[in-house]
Amino acid sequence: MLARKEYEEIERKVLCEERLSREDGLRLFACPDLSWLGALADYVRRKKCGDIVYYNVNCHVNLTNICTSRCKFCAFGRDAEDRGAYAMEEADAIHVVEDAMRDPDLAGLHVVSGLHPNWSFEDYLSRVETLHRRFPKLYIKGFTGVEITHFAKISGKSVEEVLRLLMERGGLEAIAGGGAEILSDRVRGELCPNKATAAEWLEVHRTAHRLGLRSNASMLYGHIETMGERIDHLLTLRKLQDETGGFQTFICFPFLPANSELGKTVKQTSMFDDLKTMAISRLMLDNFQNIKAYWVMLTVPVAQVALSFGANDIDGTVHKETILHDAGATSPRALSEDRIIRIIREAGRIPAACDCNFNIIRKYA
Amino acid sequence: MRLTPKEAETLLTSGDLIALGQEADAERRRRFGDTVTFIVDRNINYTNVCESECKFCAFYKRKDEKGAYLLSYDTILEKVRETANAGGTQVMIQGGLHPDLDLEYYLKMLRLIKEEFPSIVIHSFTATEVLYFAKKAGLTVEETLRRLQEAGLASLPGGGAEILVDEVRSRISPNKISTEEWLRVHRTAHKIGMESTATMVIGFGETMADRVAHMEHIRRLQEETGGFRAFITWTYQPGHTELGGEKTSAWDYMRTLAVTRLYMDNVSHIQGSWVTQGERMGQLTLGFGADDLGSIMLEENVVRAAGTSYDMSIQKMVRIIEGAGRTAAQRDTEYHILRSFP
Repeated sequence: MLARKEYEEIERKVLCEERLSREDGLRLFACPDLSWLGALADYVRRKKCGDIVYYNVNCHVNLTNICTSRCKFCAFGRDAEDRGAYAMEEADAIHVVEDAMRDPDLAGLHVVSGLHPNWSFEDYLSRVETLHRRFPKLYIKGFTGVEITHFAKISGKSVEEVLRLLMERGGLEAIAGGGAEILSDRVRGELCPNKATAAEWLEVHRTAHRLGLRSNASMLYGHIETMGERIDHLLTLRKLQDETGGFQTFICFPFLPANSELGKTVKQTSMFDDLKTMAISRLMLDNFQNIKAYWVMLTVPVAQVALSFGANDIDGTVHKETILHDAGATSPRALSEDRIIRIIREAGRIPAACDCNFNIIRKYA
Repeated sequence: MRLTPKEAETLLTSGDLIALGQEADAERRRRFGDTVTFIVDRNINYTNVCESECKFCAFYKRKDEKGAYLLSYDTILEKVRETANAGGTQVMIQGGLHPDLDLEYYLKMLRLIKEEFPSIVIHSFTATEVLYFAKKAGLTVEETLRRLQEAGLASLPGGGAEILVDEVRSRISPNKISTEEWLRVHRTAHKIGMESTATMVIGFGETMADRVAHMEHIRRLQEETGGFRAFITWTYQPGHTELGGEKTSAWDYMRTLAVTRLYMDNVSHIQGSWVTQGERMGQLTLGFGADDLGSIMLEENVVRAAGTSYDMSIQKMVRIIEGAGRTAAQRDTEYHILRSFP
């Protein structure tokens, strides 16, 4: 590998599997040598994960877009009386999934929703329970740390009780990674003061891991955060992962400025920033097994290229994804499995369909 | 060590993308350091009437077809004026093979432009057009080029090359000039002191061996003449064309771009195509061997007709380049730096 002198020490650490420090992380963000960063992350990816690229055949169920949180970066949430506001009854949710079931390979559901002002925890729970009973073969992954914190608050139950009920009645098999945004109270205070704090988000994941429920983690970047806050976010996740080992994959969400309040003052991240952030995440999160290139956010071509920048997971077919498309995502509404397989193969890798806990369902060697 | 055709074919087929990117980037850095250039110019497509009727083209019309046009000299001059006013230094005039026009039409166009705008550089007419003008005038290619040069033509753009393999050409553009003819026009231009650029268009369903054959033709001619300033890879835009199909992936484009930087060791500049890849992928080409992003394109009808349309301004271009951690610089046709940003 080839690098400028000041990066030789970082390269040495990576090759010796030594942990990178906060200073190393900041230096990497300042590094203009994109292909060196990519190659380093690709080296780690190959060593840690081999050539398999995971994807899933799933359907997104967003039960409601009515949300009391109204984060400044969000183009999905609405007030109840706003145009386009919706709240699914059980029958509506069943209909969405039945429609997606036309794909015989559909393996599971990704259920993430707004914080509806009038819904009780039971309202959410009964809907997911209905889906679970009606479609017992589909795995259910869902509910972010933000939703679960909200459920605990409105029901007066502990986070642990909420999680147990979601597992027992709702069939929940894994927690979604969303809602982490930037785990800094400064950033959250400015962008999303009405939802779970950094500590609350982390507590949900810690509790879930203790109950044997695994989860994902994410970062929404490219808005008002500093590079230091990005690194600290990664270090916070790395620390919890050291403690529990319950995180499965890490997802970078670049902020898409179209349609949200914050987008009026913030420009979209550059391609260089997106790929650098992907690579640096791979390098910093040495105790995470997987790094996801989420094509819905990145677009398909960028997600494919990101497979050379540390990613080994490309998410899935995502029937019905709404949240990011409201935010102005220009990617298609869903991808066919064939297309996903082709994209992965062109990158010289092995496509493997997996469930929400990264168990391989089928592999195309 | 120079890459052999066989090695290049292997790299295009199964080379590791990021390893190739790193090598190409190192080569780019060795040559140009942190500077990335662009040019402010305008494409003027004087007519869309074309006898060639290539199957990959969404721009051409038959003479009597709806939407067929031929710009007047006045309109062309107005477009040059707008270019000059916008700080542009070059015009790239290209058009279809119009059956009713003769060499005198083009010579007069050049003279009129130079008369009014002596400092605007005319980087215009692809080899395909030059050969067509020569045939219609009953002149040799050399004589035709000399007359064009005398009237004000400075250099030739590299279009019309597509893939320089006759088997591919007969499938996608049976009426267009052959490989040998394209090379002959550029060889002749270089001989009379008229430099040019070379392009390659990928994604027609050509093989990797075809791409290598194309690059090898250019590399050999460059050994002979040294007249190519830049090598530019585009992707075929399948929208609204007879040939149809799907656009090749960014993965394929980036890998090919990196290989061209390594293979075309005797061509100075490698241009990344934001026009066919979009602004974000355009930026990424700067990490895979490109040192130039071409024109901000005040107008580009041909690509727009195939369904790709991107806006660009100097400000946006500078932001893209700076976002890649590089220094942006506006250049002229000969790649001299006119001003650096900021």
